[in-house]
Amino acid sequence: MKRFLNIILPPIVVFILVTILLEAIVRIFGIAPYLLPPPSQVFRAMIDRRDDLAQSLLSTTEAALTGFALSAVIGILIALLLSTSRLIQRAFYPYTVFFQTVPIVAVAPLMVIWFGFGLKSVAISALLASVFPVIANTLAGLLSTEPALRDLFKLYGASRTAILLKLKLPSALPNIITGLRIAAGLSVIGAIVGEFVAGVLERGAGLGITVLVARKNGKTADIFAAILVASFLGMMMLAFINLAGYFLLRRWHASEQDKD
Amino acid sequence: MENRAIVGSVSLTLTNIHRTFPGPVIAVDGVDLHIPAGQFLALLGPSGCGKSTLLRIIAGLDKPTTGTIQTNIPPPNQTPPLRYPEEADQPRKNPNSNGRSSIAYVFQDAHLLPWRNILRNVALPLELQGIDTAQRITAARDAIAQVGLSDFASHYPAQLSGGMRMRVSLARALVTQPNLLLLDEPFAALDEITRTQLDLQLRQLWQSRNMTVIFVTHSITEAAFLAERAIVFTRRPARIVIDHQIDLPKDRATNIRGEPNFARQTRILLEALEKGGA
Repeated sequence: MKRFLNIILPPIVVFILVTILLEAIVRIFGIAPYLLPPPSQVFRAMIDRRDDLAQSLLSTTEAALTGFALSAVIGILIALLLSTSRLIQRAFYPYTVFFQTVPIVAVAPLMVIWFGFGLKSVAISALLASVFPVIANTLAGLLSTEPALRDLFKLYGASRTAILLKLKLPSALPNIITGLRIAAGLSVIGAIVGEFVAGVLERGAGLGITVLVARKNGKTADIFAAILVASFLGMMMLAFINLAGYFLLRRWHASEQDKD
Repeated sequence: MENRAIVGSVSLTLTNIHRTFPGPVIAVDGVDLHIPAGQFLALLGPSGCGKSTLLRIIAGLDKPTTGTIQTNIPPPNQTPPLRYPEEADQPRKNPNSNGRSSIAYVFQDAHLLPWRNILRNVALPLELQGIDTAQRITAARDAIAQVGLSDFASHYPAQLSGGMRMRVSLARALVTQPNLLLLDEPFAALDEITRTQLDLQLRQLWQSRNMTVIFVTHSITEAAFLAERAIVFTRRPARIVIDHQIDLPKDRATNIRGEPNFARQTRILLEALEKGGA
């Protein structure tokens, strides 16, 4: 419990301090609320619109989680495929960079044409935004198995499947978790950007929609409220991955060793 | 010992082994060597002289550019030699075995799987060979006991010292009851005291079992203490300078290193190393 407090307290203190500072700046300099609403007004907006925000959070979470899960599965599978041969890797790896460089805003209209407005398109946008780091990190992990260990497996006549399941995948686990950690944040970004273009324009349809509607109505405080909720979602997903990583790696990997 | 009769150790005949790497770098240049069954042989030479390459070739991890190795190890897809007396009248449950199962290899570093505890690390070779769980756990516990780490079976590699990890690596090599044990400078990274202890332990393990051991090292005292016979190599490319029978009693205690005869053995090896350009 004490350790948990040690982790959670410092950022909370920073949050409170920044909030107070912002409130003071806005009041002292008399900044117009439509440019930069004081934190008190943002919190008020969060309370007033809690039903709408909760509903939107739920929609965006669903899309981001779906996209993230697809990213994890598809990304790891693609990396496994690429790791099977140098030729396959040379032939296909450049095309996976497509996922990294494609502007989601430009592709999202295609999603609308193919899948219509709504969850499906938004989730795919989250997938496209987040899959590349999973592929790149998993592949790097799969390819960096220690040569001596590969020799050891060969010496005892290990099958390809055994080498994959008992050596390559576990070796790549720290890299896979790094990839998923990056993908978690990107999937939230992908979902919100996806909602801008491919979301259904109605109340509670997603945090991206909340932002769109608030901008149209000139309610800057609502935009900030939605941003806060969105970053909360991203942080929760990241925390979940970190927790999973901790339990999977704590006994053996240096990255989690000093946390015990 | 009843299983001594069943376990056959391995003899090897290397004929004119050459190994050239792209570059071209000649690592091994025409090695002829006969290693009788049950011998403890040290391959001694300066660092990077190609002796490790020779060991990898013997293990089947690398192929010679030219030259042949004859052994009495069953060729691939034959039933490997029986290792446990209790298995004698059972069919071998070993569909994956490629006949190399009677060779074990110890690397310069322990190279354990960090995500497995010690017991499961040591059981790995048997697991890969398709031996069933109960049997491989028993064999792994035996091997761990042999290197004196029974209390650490459920620890993870990161929790052990370098010397202990190396002993786990040794146990992993012994778990298959190998007929041929190959070691590539296994204790080079350890401190002097740990190294002396492990040398003694290895020597005793060799004496209690019927296996051929080939030990690569660049330490003269280690070679003299451990082996029955030492081959000294030149600087790269590896050629044989001398083939020396080490004239020391079979039972060797750690303090044998202080005796005059031991000094005589090491001087012979040292002179050979110097002659080889080390």
